[in-house]
Amino acid sequence: MDPGFLLVQSLSGLASASSLFVIASGLTLVFGVTRIVNFAHGSFYMLGAYIAVTVVPWLLELDRSPWLFFAGVLLSALAVGLLGVAMELLLLRRIYKVPELFQLLATFGVVLMVQDAVLWIWGPVDITGPRAPGLRHGVEILDQRFPAYELFLIFVGPAVLGLLWLLMHRTRFGILIRAATRDREMVGALGVNQALLFTATLFLGAFLAGLGGALQIPRVSASAQMDLSIITEVFVVTVIGGMGSVTGAFLAALLIGQLQAFGVLIFPKITLVLVFVLMAAVLVVKPWGLLGRPEPAAGRAALPEGILHPRRFGVVEGTIAMLAVATAFVLPLFADAYTLKVATEVLVLALAAFSLNFLVGNGGIVSFGHAAYFGLGAYAAGLLVTRLGVPMEPALVAAPLAGAFFAALFGFFVVRLSGIYLAMLTLAFAQIAYAVCFQWVEVTGGDNGVVGVWPSPWAASRQVYFYVVAVCAVAGIAAMRHVIYAPFGATLRAARDSEVRADAIGVDVRTHRWLGFTLAGAAAGLAGGLYAFSKGSMDPTLLGIPTSVDFLAMILLGGIQTVMGPVIGAAAFHSIKDVFMPLTDYWRFFLGASIIALVLIFPRGLGGAYGKLRGSRPVQHA
Amino acid sequence: MTLLRVEGLSKRFGGVVAARDVSFDLGPGEMLAIIGPNGAGKSTTFNMVGGQLRPDSGRVVLEGAEITGRPPRAVCRLGVGRTFQVAQTFLSMSVAQNVQMALIARAGRTRDLFAQADALYRDGALALLDRVGMRSEADRPIGELAYGDVKRVELAVALAASPRLLLMDEPTAGMAPRERAGLMQLTASIARERSIGVLFTEHDMDAVFAHADRILVLVRGEIIAAGTPEEVRADEQVKRVYLGTTGHRAALRARKATHG
Amino acid sequence: MGEKAISRRGALVGGGVAAAALVGLRPARAQGAPVRIGELNSYSRMAAFSVPYRNAMQLAADTINRAGGVMGGRPLEFIFRDDGATPGDAVRVAEDLLTRENVAFIAGTFLSNVGLAVADFANQRKRLFFATEPLSDAITMAQGNRYTWRLRPNTYMQTRMLTEAARGQTARRWGIVAPNYEYGQSAAANFKRLITQSIPGAQIVVEQYPALGRVDAGATVGALSQARPDAIFNVLFGPDLTAFVREGNTRGLFERRLVLSLLSGEPEYMIPLGDECPEGWIVTGYPWEQVDAPAHRAYVEAYRARFNETPRMGSLLGYVTVEVLANLLNKANSLDSEALVEALRDLRSDTVTGPVTMRGLDHQGTMGTWVGETVLRGRTGAMRNVRYVDGAEVMFPEAEVRAARPNA
Repeated sequence: MDPGFLLVQSLSGLASASSLFVIASGLTLVFGVTRIVNFAHGSFYMLGAYIAVTVVPWLLELDRSPWLFFAGVLLSALAVGLLGVAMELLLLRRIYKVPELFQLLATFGVVLMVQDAVLWIWGPVDITGPRAPGLRHGVEILDQRFPAYELFLIFVGPAVLGLLWLLMHRTRFGILIRAATRDREMVGALGVNQALLFTATLFLGAFLAGLGGALQIPRVSASAQMDLSIITEVFVVTVIGGMGSVTGAFLAALLIGQLQAFGVLIFPKITLVLVFVLMAAVLVVKPWGLLGRPEPAAGRAALPEGILHPRRFGVVEGTIAMLAVATAFVLPLFADAYTLKVATEVLVLALAAFSLNFLVGNGGIVSFGHAAYFGLGAYAAGLLVTRLGVPMEPALVAAPLAGAFFAALFGFFVVRLSGIYLAMLTLAFAQIAYAVCFQWVEVTGGDNGVVGVWPSPWAASRQVYFYVVAVCAVAGIAAMRHVIYAPFGATLRAARDSEVRADAIGVDVRTHRWLGFTLAGAAAGLAGGLYAFSKGSMDPTLLGIPTSVDFLAMILLGGIQTVMGPVIGAAAFHSIKDVFMPLTDYWRFFLGASIIALVLIFPRGLGGAYGKLRGSRPVQHA
Repeated sequence: MTLLRVEGLSKRFGGVVAARDVSFDLGPGEMLAIIGPNGAGKSTTFNMVGGQLRPDSGRVVLEGAEITGRPPRAVCRLGVGRTFQVAQTFLSMSVAQNVQMALIARAGRTRDLFAQADALYRDGALALLDRVGMRSEADRPIGELAYGDVKRVELAVALAASPRLLLMDEPTAGMAPRERAGLMQLTASIARERSIGVLFTEHDMDAVFAHADRILVLVRGEIIAAGTPEEVRADEQVKRVYLGTTGHRAALRARKATHG
Repeated sequence: MGEKAISRRGALVGGGVAAAALVGLRPARAQGAPVRIGELNSYSRMAAFSVPYRNAMQLAADTINRAGGVMGGRPLEFIFRDDGATPGDAVRVAEDLLTRENVAFIAGTFLSNVGLAVADFANQRKRLFFATEPLSDAITMAQGNRYTWRLRPNTYMQTRMLTEAARGQTARRWGIVAPNYEYGQSAAANFKRLITQSIPGAQIVVEQYPALGRVDAGATVGALSQARPDAIFNVLFGPDLTAFVREGNTRGLFERRLVLSLLSGEPEYMIPLGDECPEGWIVTGYPWEQVDAPAHRAYVEAYRARFNETPRMGSLLGYVTVEVLANLLNKANSLDSEALVEALRDLRSDTVTGPVTMRGLDHQGTMGTWVGETVLRGRTGAMRNVRYVDGAEVMFPEAEVRAARPNA
């Protein structure tokens, strides 16, 4: 290949890297200081682009000068920064005390609300912004034409890096950010006004996201899907770089930019998965990213977020559980077909959510990619039925086995990490599985998925299939619930509370976590198999990030501190969705608002709220 | 007879020597204290014996079996109990459940999917708690206990492994003076009645001189003195170290004295 | 207010009907009761297409109802539902429409995977599914079934319109750029098959499949131009298309190159391009202002008057859908699924685009689309040298259909 082409291709990579870095630096700063994984960062990026395509043309009407263009870009970024402040004041400030996962869920609620707000304000048609005056042309580089604006972008990244460095090392605010990133409690102890620091950090983070979005308008049109497409990529950059490390994010962005620029030449079809393979590889070798630091050792004695004291059922709970099971089993006698369908789905989701909480609540293993095992279970069952003509019964046995197999495979690497990096590795593996299902068209049917996955004739009616699901789900939940109370479940809790202590009493923490991961994968796989037969089809969205987030939302709504919370959460979440979807096109707005309201009103989830109502005497020996 | 034999343990972190050629023996029922100024290498030595750190060189032998570099869980199964400078407990559990958990691990039943964890080894746990004087608190969440009481529970947790050797890193750190003496007395009496060797580090000299059978003085990663409390108290170098002469110079002299 | 009341009553009636259906009874319907059709679509995710589509359906239904309705005086009523843009949600919503909303049959869907899942569901439940928008060939070919019919020209047909238009061109070296999912892949596969029929000796020298919605435009344009193709077949659309076109314009990718581009002439994708719209691309699209048939003009006027916007491709499709469905109901004069399916077989309807036949062989409608060249008029793109290609001219050959649908 000629050198001119290689150079230009590499410049293209640099331009992408530069844009990516500007956005990622904001996310990594916010995470470093607040420890919040801000899903809404992508929404800020999108808002930056939308505000810019509104403001910049208006300014250019006055005078088509490059200065006004960049003034408009900065103005948009500032506006987004203020929106970040609003989010901090109105939402985050109220939830710093609630478990970190709830904060994540709340930011996801913001994502949903912003998506629909953008549709409402700007309409559904993509808006193409103006190009930058004076930078419309191409520049000849070794006989190749390269856009002048992208040359400019290449310099923006290092400039932002330099400015951030100055800010972090030359100002009191920056020094506080660095201190907070290293040790959050220390800053609190120093008597710094933490609230102000957090507000300012959110401003800076949102500003950078908005800047990244506004700078994109000469390249891409503002569209309502740009938030989620950027957020995964930005997560990858910050994780590869090391959460909280701005320089790391810069290096990671460079790496990814070049990987994509040259990856499209060699693997034009698997660009979707390339970055996640890179992330998984980096995390396996460097568990804290390129320049990240290990989370400060758990020197403090803080209660873990999760199931604290798995309470046995009292008379009231026992009655409720009996009634719930009894209701489920007589439901087909009086419920209409649709109610039955929804009930079937709730049971399936309850099983999946319960298995996730077995990891998150009981084991402290926060998985962002639990949908992978759900989806792989569905695929295993569905492919057996459609490709090999296997009947439903053995296929439903294969589903949990497939879930367990892949959970064991991925879990082997996952349990070597901890905290946010563990979560991100689960996400990476889930995305890899997603991409394989998406792109291995010959076997998986690609994004169209596979249809024709219907139950055996004896179970084909809605009523009978409901009983099949009810028996499997109730048995699965009861079995896992039993394990929570069994020594294995207690051991996982012990390892979550104190890995050092567990190790010192002779527990092989990694192996136990791995086994726990596998068990949860099996249960999720079973749920996936049941789901496929209830829908008649499966497709890659079952493994996608939104499905994983739905599962997380369910267990958080239900309460990760409680054993049975996820079941309540699954029912609540699915019902909210089912109620709002037929009512309005803007159902995502209401779903997001409901999630935020629940986080604010029930910061311990519905199950936790119930526990409080019942007055939790945590340890009662029967 | 020797319970624990440590031979020539060394460890460097980057360019810093944290332990150099540390050797000592410990017998059953014996209380051996490691003392020294901050950064003397006490914790490093400790973690090398307990398996949290792998030594660069040297050997750790427990009752004739080499345990050098084996992970803590393996060391534990060979009969070593451990308490930490900052108490490490299972915060979500009750006092009794903490000890029960250790007994479950001791019995190798952590992968049991069927039994009820709460019902397992409760009597054994209560007996151990009784021994450390915490029987009455058995069903309280451990997070509610005063720190001194947590340390006692941690001792019971360590004892659950039926250890022949107890490693106690700063057992009385963070405790009120009166509680300290109580805990040390308790440890000493348990050690004697069960013939458990106890290796501990300690800042509180009163506790050390009142309860240790022998004392090692570690400075800059090296042993500068070893012996009974009386011998150590009388040692000129030790006096200098604690009177303010820098540990480094004392250690240099000590090396000259021993090697020269 | 009124709508809500109806919907609630519908839910109650639906419950009763479902219960009745359980014991194998068919409810008696009163004369003059509305004919309810369930319409599920990605109204939230794909609003740019589906909202104009829904608007036009309302318009068409109102027009028909004012003229006396269908089946001898019954008003046509559509129950619109969001399909959540995922197959899982869509199948649940379809169930809801069939059981609680008591609809006669279901129509709609946008995404191919959603369309396929609903098609299979309809087959399982033995109820008619009138797929309007999803383009996937599989819906009428490999995974076609008795109860699923599709109106819009599919990927194969649209691709074939373009390759036929390229007949006589001399470009031998072709590059392909397509979004990396079924629509893109199958368009590319069709293209490879069809281009040699129009241009003997044509070969593919480079293929790029950026992920949908995240094209790295610079890298993709670089990779394409490096292979020095004579011509490019583009399947990108939406934000990907805008980014690709801008990058390609600046870097001169399209200079002296023939470009065939699927769907790019549809207002949904043309409007966002604005003054970046490249000139001289051969595209399929909907140049609504150049369609002179009186019926079409009347519909455009009514649409613009009512919604204060110009029609989109979605609008046309929505309008034609209702015209075909009304004709179907009148012909079948029954809401029984089997009767409806039989009536659809080779059903010919007069629509604002001209006659449309639902071919019985593969359940594909012969609705066509327009092929033309892009041109920049002022600050927006337009099409010129426009020709309406009747879908009947570019349908899958019968032998291929019989191979893909052995039961056809």
